Amino acid sequence: MMKRILLAGAASFLLASCGWYDDIPQETTVHTVELAEGEGFAGRLQAALITAEPNTTIIMPEGTYMFSDGLSLDVQGVTLRGAGEDKTFLDFAGQQGAGEGLLVTSEGVTLRDFTIRDTAGDGIKSKGADNITYRDLTVEWSGEPSEDSGAYGVYPVESSNVLVDGVTVRGASDAGIYVGQSTQIIVRNSLAEYNVAGIEIENSTYADVYENTARHNAGGVLIFDLPNLPIMGGHSTRVFNNAITNNNTRNFAPPGNIVATVPSGTGVLIMANENVHVFGNSFADNRTVQIAISAYPEAFDDESYNPLPRNIVVQGNAYSGGGDDPQGLLAVLAAGLGGQLPALVWDGVTSWDGHDATDINLAINEPENVGFVSLGLGSYPLDPAKIHPSMERPAGTAMAEPEPIVLAHDFKAED
Amino acid sequence: MRYLILCAIFLLTACNKSGPDMQVILADKPAPTLADYGFFKDVSANIPAKRVQAYDLVNPLFTDYADKHRFVFIPQGKSAQYHAVDALEFPVGTVLVKTFGYAPDMRTPMVDAYKVETRLLIHKKDGWIAAPYVWNKEQTEANYAPIGARLQIQTIAPDGKNLDFTYGVPNANQCKTCHQSGHDVLPIGPKVRNLNHNGQLDLWYEKGLIRGLSVDLPTTTVPPAQDISFPLNARARAYLDINCAHCHKPDGSASNSGLMLEWGETDRTRIGINKHPTAAGRGSGGLLTVITPGNPDTSIMVHRMQSVEPGIAMPELGRTLAHKEGVALIREWIAEMPVKDN
Repeated sequence: MMKRILLAGAASFLLASCGWYDDIPQETTVHTVELAEGEGFAGRLQAALITAEPNTTIIMPEGTYMFSDGLSLDVQGVTLRGAGEDKTFLDFAGQQGAGEGLLVTSEGVTLRDFTIRDTAGDGIKSKGADNITYRDLTVEWSGEPSEDSGAYGVYPVESSNVLVDGVTVRGASDAGIYVGQSTQIIVRNSLAEYNVAGIEIENSTYADVYENTARHNAGGVLIFDLPNLPIMGGHSTRVFNNAITNNNTRNFAPPGNIVATVPSGTGVLIMANENVHVFGNSFADNRTVQIAISAYPEAFDDESYNPLPRNIVVQGNAYSGGGDDPQGLLAVLAAGLGGQLPALVWDGVTSWDGHDATDINLAINEPENVGFVSLGLGSYPLDPAKIHPSMERPAGTAMAEPEPIVLAHDFKAED
Repeated sequence: MRYLILCAIFLLTACNKSGPDMQVILADKPAPTLADYGFFKDVSANIPAKRVQAYDLVNPLFTDYADKHRFVFIPQGKSAQYHAVDALEFPVGTVLVKTFGYAPDMRTPMVDAYKVETRLLIHKKDGWIAAPYVWNKEQTEANYAPIGARLQIQTIAPDGKNLDFTYGVPNANQCKTCHQSGHDVLPIGPKVRNLNHNGQLDLWYEKGLIRGLSVDLPTTTVPPAQDISFPLNARARAYLDINCAHCHKPDGSASNSGLMLEWGETDRTRIGINKHPTAAGRGSGGLLTVITPGNPDTSIMVHRMQSVEPGIAMPELGRTLAHKEGVALIREWIAEMPVKDN
């Protein structure tokens, strides 16, 4: 059934006829499509997503619905809304095709109040989908964390103005909340647990990651820049007021993926990114390291890529426990430091492949009792013989913080 | 009697319209049945109507060993503009018609052949749209199926092996996923390099279907991927071009992977040589590089091509089976790739 609610039509006509407002959209009718539960729900939902008029709200009822194929949405301004993330379940355990549970390729879409689980590949991907909102929804893979689970939970990529608010992701074999090759990003008030990476911001610019909980992942929050991608040069990210604790789940990412190299027990890892500010967070009991700062460690063939972290600011965080049982590569490197690592670890890499050493400007404004070590590696490839550990903090100058991200489509829940 | 003859003449003219119906083609919504467009003279869509031109490609996209029949309709008095690299630029009102079918034994695809679906790509006034139609059992009608369908198919593959599988008719959005080029939907197959064989372009020229074509223009043609008289590298790149590059191109659906497989791509890393995966997840199969020169078994490209598991299998859409012959070609190409630059 379809209800058509003429809302702003008359008002916009008046405004337009008075010449007050030139940009008023011609289509101001708001449509609502309410799907009934029962037979053929999967087909009816996909049909609704295909045939929706722009700016339609599609409402899904309470219940658990099975899907054999991935869903997709390519209509602007659509809101897809369930009865609540604990009430409406889209179950993809029997998925036979497509690379994700839901693919969004249109702009101005809002996804909210439902749970997607056990997709064959990624959970929800949005590509080239500007002004998207993921709100109060869950993406999860049931059972123990497994290599066989899908890679990304929520996966906005190549998009501007990305809002992830109140989202829960559990069990992703790569990153729970992954934002890639995008700009103007907010990830807040979300929970990422039992993923390989909790929250990952990759090859992106202008991101605010705040008031999230990242726990029981292999790595809590990753801020990366990688070579050989269409969009590179990630910069200007603020990670603040998050709880980043107990990220000690084994790293179950399939090898080959860059996150497979992240040691289990990592709180935050900043790799090859620029102008990253980590402040006001609460770190606890990440067994390898609370915050690691690293260059991109692999060989690469990309002239335009800078593998060094630059202009990093770490200040005003709270730390407890952690570093007592380093894993992965850092276990090897920690061996020479008595088998333990301080809260803050920098690989000490300042150059790569024929480039002169540069000052990466690492500013650590934390009390003296917060431990720091530079491994003094100088450059990659990694050679344990090159380790020259130093507890001396680099005398970096804190860059000015980027302005807070403000998204026009960001508003608190309206009801 | 006279009345009967008049009736008969009327019926004949009704059946013998002057070709497809432009109003149906350019309507806001896809028509309920394929027959509504008038692309064919018969209900089984075997005999094309006036100005509906059958064509084929040097290399087809692999779709579960389905037999494909392609037609193009270009409105009266118009023609497609030649492009050296991109798909031909077809005028508004053009429709690409592609029917997918099987026979009980694909070694003899003409014997007891039947159709499963017909996909239309229609150039509306504001861009191309995709519309899938699914055939009924009686083979008398194909109905619009915006949400696609899954159909059980039993047949014998060209290599003699029995196949029993679920064929996926893509939904209208999935059609777009593969046909996406930036913000546009565009044809994939009808590029000069993939049309230029058996005198096909000359025929199109003679019929006025293409303009801007001249002997001076470069007309690169891809080699048939399975014709071993052509160089291996060119055959492999031609195969990847038609099977992968619709997504793996700078403005395609897989652009964020950084893996670019178009015919003209020359950057080794972008083609996948010693390239680390970006967003492969479990699709990596635990392997480190997309292509490991000399070693198909450690190449993610081969792993994903030979998989039939959703989340791993590539292409992600449009196939349920692995393309044995295609996998063999790419395996051979990687195996013979010089190791020196590792």
